[in-house]
Amino acid sequence: MTKTRISALLGASVLGMLLTANAVQAQQSGNLQFLIDNGPQSVAVAEAWVAAYTEQNPDVTIDIEVRPGGGEGDNIVKTRLATGAMADVFFYNSGSLFQAINPVQNLLPVTNEPWQAGIQESFKSVVSAGGEVYGTPFAPAMGGGIFYNKPIYEELGLQVPKSWDEFMANNEKIKAAGKVAVIQTYGETWTSQLFVLADFFNVLAAEPDFAERFTANQAKFATSPAALRGFEKLQEVYEGGYLNADFGAATYPDGLRMVATGEGAHYPMLTFGVGAIAETVPDNLQDVGFFAQPGDSADSNGLTTWMPDSIYIAKTTQNPELAKDFVGFIGSPEGCDIRNEAVGATGPYMIEGCELPEDVPPAVADMLPYFQEGGQNAPALEFLSPVKGPALEQITVEVGSGIRPAAEGAALYDEDVRKQAQQLGLEGW
Amino acid sequence: MAVSSMGNVAGAPSQRAQAQKRSPYPGWFYLPAAIIYAVLFLAPTFASLYFSLTRWTLFDSVFIGFDNFAQFFREPFLVKGLVNTLIYAVVTSGLKVVIGMALAIMLTSQIVARGYLRSVIFFPVLVSTVGVGITFTVLMHPTQGMINETLALFGIAGPGWLVDPRLALFSVALVDVWKGVGLATVIYIAGVVAIPKDYYEAARIDGATKWQNFRYVTLPLMRPATATVITLSFIGGLRTFDLIWAMTKGGPGFASDTIASVIYKQYQAGFYGLSTAGNVVLFVLIAVLVVPLTMLLNRKQGHE
Repeated sequence: MTKTRISALLGASVLGMLLTANAVQAQQSGNLQFLIDNGPQSVAVAEAWVAAYTEQNPDVTIDIEVRPGGGEGDNIVKTRLATGAMADVFFYNSGSLFQAINPVQNLLPVTNEPWQAGIQESFKSVVSAGGEVYGTPFAPAMGGGIFYNKPIYEELGLQVPKSWDEFMANNEKIKAAGKVAVIQTYGETWTSQLFVLADFFNVLAAEPDFAERFTANQAKFATSPAALRGFEKLQEVYEGGYLNADFGAATYPDGLRMVATGEGAHYPMLTFGVGAIAETVPDNLQDVGFFAQPGDSADSNGLTTWMPDSIYIAKTTQNPELAKDFVGFIGSPEGCDIRNEAVGATGPYMIEGCELPEDVPPAVADMLPYFQEGGQNAPALEFLSPVKGPALEQITVEVGSGIRPAAEGAALYDEDVRKQAQQLGLEGW
Repeated sequence: MAVSSMGNVAGAPSQRAQAQKRSPYPGWFYLPAAIIYAVLFLAPTFASLYFSLTRWTLFDSVFIGFDNFAQFFREPFLVKGLVNTLIYAVVTSGLKVVIGMALAIMLTSQIVARGYLRSVIFFPVLVSTVGVGITFTVLMHPTQGMINETLALFGIAGPGWLVDPRLALFSVALVDVWKGVGLATVIYIAGVVAIPKDYYEAARIDGATKWQNFRYVTLPLMRPATATVITLSFIGGLRTFDLIWAMTKGGPGFASDTIASVIYKQYQAGFYGLSTAGNVVLFVLIAVLVVPLTMLLNRKQGHE
């Protein structure tokens, strides 16, 4: 059975090579399944890509399939890969979650495909395994930091903070003015992780080798003072009484709406939230600014960055050439333009030749300097280490709502991380 | 039943031969059921026992002995989950017994629109659990929920039903009772109706008060119904998952985690071996708690 399968695969790829060799610009034909998550932005951009691609290739049909995000989505992706029932082309995280879907066994390598030449090395490094590249960026890069409401800042005469103390001083003034200083939305638990995850630039500034030592079971959140700060900051914000009254039940859309309309001043979030603000409260898009999560010293101020999610091709695809052609289309400047058109610009692209439009929203404009010459940024931990504990979001909810002190939360997370490392079969755990 | 017939078989082989002869069905007649049973029930059971001893990624598995069980019991949230599960099971089954019995007695008395009231109490049982969970999550929102807004009208500052770690588990348990009490009531109504009128007549001749009627006639004669209600709701409470997941996902933090939600989170995180081990633990736990419970309840019933 395996033999016939291998020869069939060989035959298919030889045929494919012949076809592409004969007619490079030839039109494609066939059918593809395209699995994406159910975020409104993902759906909008996927539909735009499919519409544009099938217009150029009328003989191609592409069915978009939608799955939930978060842990539920991880489940679906893993199960479908394991049972050989994955869609031809699918969307999934890069970095540590990508490592957990066993890419070498399940995905089609795209290392030497022509479009990969235009993709930045920093992105390739987070979608590579066993020396092969598997992913193509789905979206622009993101930053993790703090959205702020510009009218509140103007009204109270506040400056964008460069250090944590300045940030807390601003919070105090906002609170004194009778407003909500920090919005938290623990109704959707993943949003509770931001103060910890987005603090990683500051961790690396203090301990440049933290990621390697963390992966090797040598550095711990509880025992590294720099890493522990993230948990402490979460606790300080709660203890300061800066949070919105319904922080335990509010959801991610609530948080974005509140920071945009001025119901609250700060909302720690990833910059991809700009797209959702543009969609849900477009009138307030110009009121939202963004800054990196400040560290303890104003001298080293930089942004923790997130690599975009990625598009992968399943190894089980019946139509590898068509799948590659479609993915190449997404990973081209043309694909970026279609994205800009469909959902607007949310950050710098990882693809050469991709341009941002002139009039980006202020939150995006605030983020760009961190990526440009003279700006400072560092990737989030999940792109430097395959180890990420699954219970972090529950632990950060506890620390962020005063149930558990920061130090205990960090120690609990270290315990949680051990399981993931063992599951991945890493050395030294 | 199966056990006792096997006992007979072992004790008297000649009887077995006779029984086989007397069996009205040919051997192949059992085959379809046997195949379905083996493929869909026996094989997965033994496979899960094996996989609970491995580190399993769905793609491949490494045999690691009892490490998963050791890990599962080291799980910092597990003890909390265990305690929560027991609290939840005891609270829900206790309330269902008390409320269900009271409602049953009310609904078997001569009141207006009895049939309508009986069906109203049963409606929540028919509604989807997840739907109920989502609805109550909205109602219990700390600032915009209808419950707290209503309380505010009377000047009461309502608690954070689902976001206060001390309350979350009990809030979910209350919703569970609201949803499940209809079934308990129906069982009790059947129990009350089945009590022969003679007992009440005899009690009346003896000059029993209403309370004595209830205490010495109704209550003891409803013991079979009580046993059923307790067993059903206790098992239901032990393996409860859907309502908790729909309402709090075990949160805030780990405050309303039960064993089933801890297991599901391991599965979600991709720790398939670990979550299978958790299911084996849950299976053993239910067996250990429920087998003695049913034996106890049924023995008392036998003494009647």
